[in-house]
Parts: sequence; C-alpha cells; structure tokens
Amino acid sequence: MRKYSVFAIAREALRGHKGWEAQWSSPEPKAEYDVIIVGAGGHGLATAYYLASQHGITNVAVLEKGWLGGGNTGRNTTIIRSNYLYDESAGIYDHAVKLWDGLSQELNYNVMYSARGVMMLAHNVNDKQSFQRHIHANRLNGIDNEWLTPEQAKEYCPPLNISTDARYPVIGAALQRRGGTARHDAVAWGYARGASARGVHIIQNCEVTGIRRAPGGAVTGVETSRGFIGARKVGVVAAGHTSVLMDMAGVRMPLESYPLQALVSEPVKPVFPCVVMSNTVHAYISQSDKGELVIGAGTDQYTSYSQTGGLHILNHTLDAICEMFPMFTRMKMLRSWGGIVDVTPDRSPILAKTPVQGLYVNCGWGTGGFKATPGSGHVFAHTIARDEPHPINAPFTLERFRTGRLIDEAAAAAVAH
Amino acid sequence: MLLIRCPYCEEERPELEFRNAGEAHVVRSADIAAESDEDFEKFFFIRANPKGITFERWRHVHGCARFFNAVRDTVSDKFFMTYKAGEPKPDLAKIMKSVPAAAPAASDDATEDKPKKPAARRAAAKKGDA
Repeated sequence: MRKYSVFAIAREALRGHKGWEAQWSSPEPKAEYDVIIVGAGGHGLATAYYLASQHGITNVAVLEKGWLGGGNTGRNTTIIRSNYLYDESAGIYDHAVKLWDGLSQELNYNVMYSARGVMMLAHNVNDKQSFQRHIHANRLNGIDNEWLTPEQAKEYCPPLNISTDARYPVIGAALQRRGGTARHDAVAWGYARGASARGVHIIQNCEVTGIRRAPGGAVTGVETSRGFIGARKVGVVAAGHTSVLMDMAGVRMPLESYPLQALVSEPVKPVFPCVVMSNTVHAYISQSDKGELVIGAGTDQYTSYSQTGGLHILNHTLDAICEMFPMFTRMKMLRSWGGIVDVTPDRSPILAKTPVQGLYVNCGWGTGGFKATPGSGHVFAHTIARDEPHPINAPFTLERFRTGRLIDEAAAAAVAH
Repeated sequence: MLLIRCPYCEEERPELEFRNAGEAHVVRSADIAAESDEDFEKFFFIRANPKGITFERWRHVHGCARFFNAVRDTVSDKFFMTYKAGEPKPDLAKIMKSVPAAAPAASDDATEDKPKKPAARRAAAKKGDA
C-alpha cells in the first residue's frame, strides 16, 4: 500500500497521475480462510481491518453480495454521537467516538470526521426531563453532554426557529460537542484499503447462500454464488439481512427488518453549522461538505426488505424541518432512498458468539449503526479472534433476550434512534 | 404508501388508517407464569422476519379499530390477502396458486433458491406477457 501524503500528490501531479494504485485488490476466492466476514459494509470491513491489524489474523475474506459499502453504510445520515443513557451503551458508543478521533491518521485515509456537535432538541417537559437525565448519566460516564437554553441553542445553530409560536416550540437542547459527522463512503473505503494492504481478501458480488456445518455442529464454511468457501470462523455482519443469514445456520434471531429513509437537498453554500436532531417531531439534519442538507426520516411501520419506504414518512420529516428551520421551506430536495435496518426489541445491538461453534454475529444496530462503526469492528474482531467478547461488548449478547438482562435504550429514548 | 384491504370494512384504505401490529400467529401461552425462559423468549422476542412471504397483524385503528391478519411479500411489499382475526393461517401453496404473478420463492426456501430467484421471476413474467 502506497502511503497518501502531500508528497504523493506532488509526485503524481508531476507524473500525470499515472502512479495511483487501486485502493484494494479484488482477488479470486481461496478454497479456505481462517475467518470469513459476511458483509462488506463499514462494520464488516472494520472487523476485518482490526482482525489483521490488532490480532495478526490476515487469512480473512470479506464476502459481499453487492458492492462494497453499498448497503446501509452508503445510505445513512452519517451522524456520530455517544450520549446514550445506559452504561453499556455509553461504553460501546464512546469507544467508537474515541476511535473516530484519529481514524483518518490511523487509516492514512481522510474519513472527514468533523466534530461539529450534535444538538438534540427538547420540545416538551418530558423531553427536557429525559435529556437532563441523559446529561447527568453521560457525565457520570465521562461523556460530554450539556444543556442549552433556547437562546444558546439558537446561538449554536442560527437557522433554528425558537419562536414560542412554533407548533412544537424549542424549550431547550442537549449538546454533545464531540458528536458530528464523517464521510460514510470514505469509512468503508479506508477500512477496505487498510485491510486489503494487510492481506485480507475483499470479494464483491459474492452472495452467501448457505452456511455449512459439521455433524458436530461447528461451522465449516459458507456456500456462495461463487462456490463453497471453507472457514473455521464465520462472522455475520449483514444488517437488515441478518435474520436471513442466521436462518441458514438454524439460529432464529430477535430481529425485525424495517425500511429507513433519508434524503438530500440540492447543494447550497454553508448554512448549517452542526447536526440537529429532534426525536419528538422526528427530524435529523446536517449539511454535508458538498453542501447538501442531509435529512434522516423515520422507519416505516411494517417489516420489509424492499429498500424503499412510504412517501408520507419523508413528508412528515420535511414538515418538521420546515417548522424548525423556516429558511429551508423553499429548498428543493434532490434524492431520497431507503435502507433496511435490523431492529432488536431493546434497540441495542447484538455483538456476540452464537450457539453455533465458530459462528459470530454483529447485528441489531437498528437506525443508528454508522456512529459505532470503528468501535463495533474493534470489539467484534476481538470476539472472533479470542473466541470471547471484549469487556465492552460482553453485555451485548444474544442470550440477554432469554435472561431478561436487556439494555433498554428503546425505553430510554422513547423513539427509534 | 400501502393500500390495505380491511376484511371487516371490506374495502381498500390507505396505510395511514392502519397500525402494523407485528408478526401474526404468535400464540401466547395459556399459563404464561409456568412458561420456561426459552419458550417465553420465542414468544416475546424471536421473530421470523422472512425475506419473502410474511404473515402479519394489522389494526384498522382509524376505521373499525379491529385487528386482522395479512399475507404480504416483504420484497415487493405487495399484499396477497387479508383475513379476519381468529381465522386459520392460510396455506402458502394455495395463496401462490390463487395469485399467478406471485413470486415463486417463499421465506422457507429462500436459502436454497436465492440465486435462482431472479431468473425464475423473469420466466414467470414472460409467461404473463404471452
């Protein structure tokens, strides 16, 4: 792997840009690997990268049925924050935020992590009490989160409408300054480049159609659209399709897959300095470095694998955006799309061993997995390499739905998040 | 937005009048206190979440307010049928026969048939055109 630097740019400028190499190789699949990761999204590629860089396991393949980063990694609204209520969640999401800070240097790839602050608006007394509880819980866990008055919120984000005449007036906000955004595609590409340079095989257009097990039950490999590939360990990191894949190994999951939509506006000059979320009126908005407003909508109410959702869901979000930011009422929307998110009953992820020997699963990130990408890959690689969870992901078991030891961020947030 | 036929009101109405109420035919134990943790987990948390034909509950909350069941393809989001609560789970094979354009692959055989599915679908579409 050739290092990217200012000198490399100067050298290539003089050479007519003929010396740039492919960022990752596309080898033919081998007959067998030590570890197979199913799904080349951010989480899967990060897992492969940390397996190679932290645990010295380089005989790894990442199998992807479509193209790299083409699922939810390329479809989310790129929001990064760690202000979750429970200790377990705070642990895993803040682990990720710490890794985001410095990720560009580690990968030698600009993931454009921008800690521009994530502001969550409170519109009623319940919001205010809930957010202040979050703020106190966060501070006990060493996570920055602070309460802003409407005036302070307006100062932090000038386009915000804090008029008391609004349908749902802003009565305050919680601000995590370390929160922000990153360039979603670059995260997948950067991890892919880093993993590929360490010997990991990234195999696109290779759909897993079955998981083969020995008579004793242990995993022996996967059937794919390009033939059987053997492996001692298989990590499923397939987001919305996790239920389908785990079913191949006979493991039934506490998951449901829903469409989640997002949309972007026409690009405009910088107008929006931070990320603003409102759980109550259901709107998520930030501005990308390209200039588009990036807007997240809600999930549809029914399970689906269609990667598309109802127009009324987008409409509902845009109504809220226009109410909160009247300056956007005449903005034109450019594109909208949907992704399929796998939601657990407690809205917390599952990163764990499974009842099947050699089979590991990283799923259930629901509507908010992007922010966790580096942390998720880091602890999941540990889980696969050592065959035991990292202390950070130890609570995120599959068995918690039997024992009742839930990590109930669903109740904590009262909405999808 | 989906158009959903309420089997009680006997007409198609927009999705906004309805609330989805999750997987259908999940039977609650008569003696829930005596149920093992494993069985309770299956009843309460584990879901089929099929890619293909799903059986689900809906409630016509802004209409007759009654619960009913539906059969839907989660890939195309098309409904095959809706039926009243308490009626037995329809036979999948019969549904397929009654809807000629229906996708041939159901959730149960999605694992084996996946690579063949698109080809089979195209073939079915051609027949329909002829």
